[in-house]
Amino acid sequence: MIRYLIGRVGQALLVLMVTFTAAFLLLQALPGDAIMIKFMSPDMALSADQIAEIRAAYGADLPIWERYFNTLANFLTGNFGYSIQAGVPVSQQLRVNLPPTLQLASLGFLAAIILTITIAALSNIVGMAWLRSAIQSMPSLFISVPVFWLGIMLIQVFSFQLGLVSVISPGPVERLILPVLTLAIPISAPLSQILMRNIDEVLAQPFVAVAKAKGASHTWVLWRHVARNAVLPTLTIAGVLFGELLAGAVVTEAVYGLNGLGGLTNQAVGNHDTAVLQAIVVISALAFVSINLVVDLLYPVLDPRLGSKLGMTA
Amino acid sequence: MTALLLEIDDLAISYKVGDHHQRVVHGVSFHIDRGEVVALVGESGSGKTTTAQAVLGLLAGNGRVEQGAIRLNGTDIAHWPQKRLDTIRGAVVSLIPQDPGSSLNPVRTIGAQVAEVLQIHGRGDRRAIRARTLDLLTRVGLVPAEMRADQYPHELSGGMKQRVLIAIAVALKPDLIVADEPTSALDVTVQRVILDLIDELRRENGTAVLLVTHDLGVAADRASRLVVLQGGRIQEQGAVRDVLASPQSAYTRRLLSDAPSLTKARPARRASGGGEDFAIVVEGLTHDFPVGGAAKTFRALEDVSFKVRRGTTHAIVGESGSGKTTTVRGVVGFLKPTAGRILIDGEDMTTLKGEALRQFRRNIQLVYQNPFGSLDPRQTIAQIVEEPLLNFAPPPKPERAKKVADMLHRVGLPESFLGRHPRALSGGQRQRVAIARALVLDPRVLVLDEAVSALDVTVQAQILALLDELQKALGLTYLFVSHDLAVVQQISDTVSVMYKGRQVDGGPVDTVFARPDSDYTRELIDAIPGRKAPMLALSTASVRG
Repeated sequence: MIRYLIGRVGQALLVLMVTFTAAFLLLQALPGDAIMIKFMSPDMALSADQIAEIRAAYGADLPIWERYFNTLANFLTGNFGYSIQAGVPVSQQLRVNLPPTLQLASLGFLAAIILTITIAALSNIVGMAWLRSAIQSMPSLFISVPVFWLGIMLIQVFSFQLGLVSVISPGPVERLILPVLTLAIPISAPLSQILMRNIDEVLAQPFVAVAKAKGASHTWVLWRHVARNAVLPTLTIAGVLFGELLAGAVVTEAVYGLNGLGGLTNQAVGNHDTAVLQAIVVISALAFVSINLVVDLLYPVLDPRLGSKLGMTA
Repeated sequence: MTALLLEIDDLAISYKVGDHHQRVVHGVSFHIDRGEVVALVGESGSGKTTTAQAVLGLLAGNGRVEQGAIRLNGTDIAHWPQKRLDTIRGAVVSLIPQDPGSSLNPVRTIGAQVAEVLQIHGRGDRRAIRARTLDLLTRVGLVPAEMRADQYPHELSGGMKQRVLIAIAVALKPDLIVADEPTSALDVTVQRVILDLIDELRRENGTAVLLVTHDLGVAADRASRLVVLQGGRIQEQGAVRDVLASPQSAYTRRLLSDAPSLTKARPARRASGGGEDFAIVVEGLTHDFPVGGAAKTFRALEDVSFKVRRGTTHAIVGESGSGKTTTVRGVVGFLKPTAGRILIDGEDMTTLKGEALRQFRRNIQLVYQNPFGSLDPRQTIAQIVEEPLLNFAPPPKPERAKKVADMLHRVGLPESFLGRHPRALSGGQRQRVAIARALVLDPRVLVLDEAVSALDVTVQAQILALLDELQKALGLTYLFVSHDLAVVQQISDTVSVMYKGRQVDGGPVDTVFARPDSDYTRELIDAIPGRKAPMLALSTASVRG
């Protein structure tokens, strides 16, 4: 078990390292940089010497490998450098922008899971055939809806037509309802498709017939036998979809005009603010890697077969 | 209380396929008295499992009872809704399923799964249920019950899992147990123990058993009456003794004569004496598998030696874990043994590697157990049979086509099959294709790995006859791996009995079967189903005559 743990954590660290390096190289390869954009504009009227001085102050004149190791060393000590455009430490920008995005993403993820379970459960419990097939076709509908369009449609319907959610100075909870939904719906689509398919597969297993032969009702069989077996493969996909969630959060924030990592990313890309982008990429990777690490560690807890296999090799 | 427990009256069942309903059971009628064992015998597609599922109300979603009644204790339950059936399932009628491996929920402890049937029917509080669960586990021989209850299915062997399922089935002392091929997935010695256990428990509780099986030997040993099904219709029913002694229908007679365990009249094998021309010589074969990451190893084979004369059949017999598969993989060159030599036509396989080994492999071909999994579903029969030729300096196309057609003819399939896909073929036909594919390279040795185990008895008999014919015509040497002693007795000249990686018995089949050296072989022979059948001699005589 401990070996498994060390292996997984090691893999996660390796992924982070590779992401850091790749992001660094790609960002350096971009033509132009933030210093040029900010200080070389004619309005500033700075001389070439002054600009060279600024470059030296930011460490931008050093050779690339030296800058790489400097940045790496800084990241390891929690120093993400300075945003050239805003002139403040990146960590300060993150402190402001990260929490709302994290809140949005985790609420969206939670809502997606609730939606998934609801759809999958209803499609197996509802008796009426037409209603059941309507529920079963919902995921395919959800999956084909783009986030930006969905966001606008939700505002249109719930805010302007039904007047249920106010758009002008909404409360802290009210503000989040529509963005969370916008984020959750496209994520729930592939999840519920996979979960429903797994449920069908598990229902065909002989142990389900045995459970029925014990006199168990359909609902009993679903909750006590099918659920845990069907959730196992869905878990992996949920981890992978977390990446989608981060990308979705950026768009969602733009649609609803929310502060967060989305806006920050947008600005940073426009201004070639390498330090900010580097930090955002690494933080996204960290979130992604941690979620998948959690999924990997949950597996042996949920599936006793894995647990004992690991116990043997440990 | 009357003696009549279950009465199936003119039962017809259909499955919805596309838009129409296809009948698979046509007007079946039979009955079971209290405490009686009735065997429902038939081959795949006979409707025996469908009939059994209907008794439990567990037909697949697209199946339905079209006509007739299933009267349990005098009440027709054929059209009861599921909710109502839930009240009797587990309590009045219960199930012992076919495949213990997949019949237990992998993520719940076995204690929880035994307790479940008591919970569903509300038999006592948590503590009472726990106590009863432990009692049941002890009763079926899973001791110490405290420890077993907390284990998961994957920690148990196949036989132990079947014991758990039996505990579940008898927990509420039902009137009827439907046992659907309860032992076909188990080794022969385990099979006997499990059937004995079912017998014992049913006597204790006065439970009746509907025993669904393809194995006439098992049916003859365990049931008092036989119901023979074919194509969804009853061919014959009656007391076991009468049916075996004087079968009325031609189909039953064919089943009896094809069942290897009931037929002792085996075709005389060629004299195995004389001649020192050995096609296969295995000497001191030993193999260790590494276990885990450490330097620990597991000895799968220890000092196995045997010789096979050219043109004869050598059988390797053993249960799962006995090392028979490892031996075969060595002979085919799929693994390099830790020690020992394997000579094929005098050449030492174990020293060959790379291209030389690949070229040598054409002399030894394999036919696998599962005729459904071993053929690529996307290839046509012609492509499947042709493929081996393409791997070894292929002759020109017309010549290849002719060879493929010849081979198909040789295994008794019409040329019209060339363009078909495996899914259009039956299990027996597929196995013929697999044999044709193996023979197309003109090998000298054919390794048959449980090649007839997955087939129905009549098909099995046909394939065995085909193998015999091919051996005579082509002078082939067979290495025949099987767990079925009855088949082995019928087809092979010499035999190695394997147990836990060692060869515990070996030599000519007749000698080994008549005077086994080891207790294990004796146990194996005793476990062959059908030996208790009282009318064996008679039925054999009628086959001969």
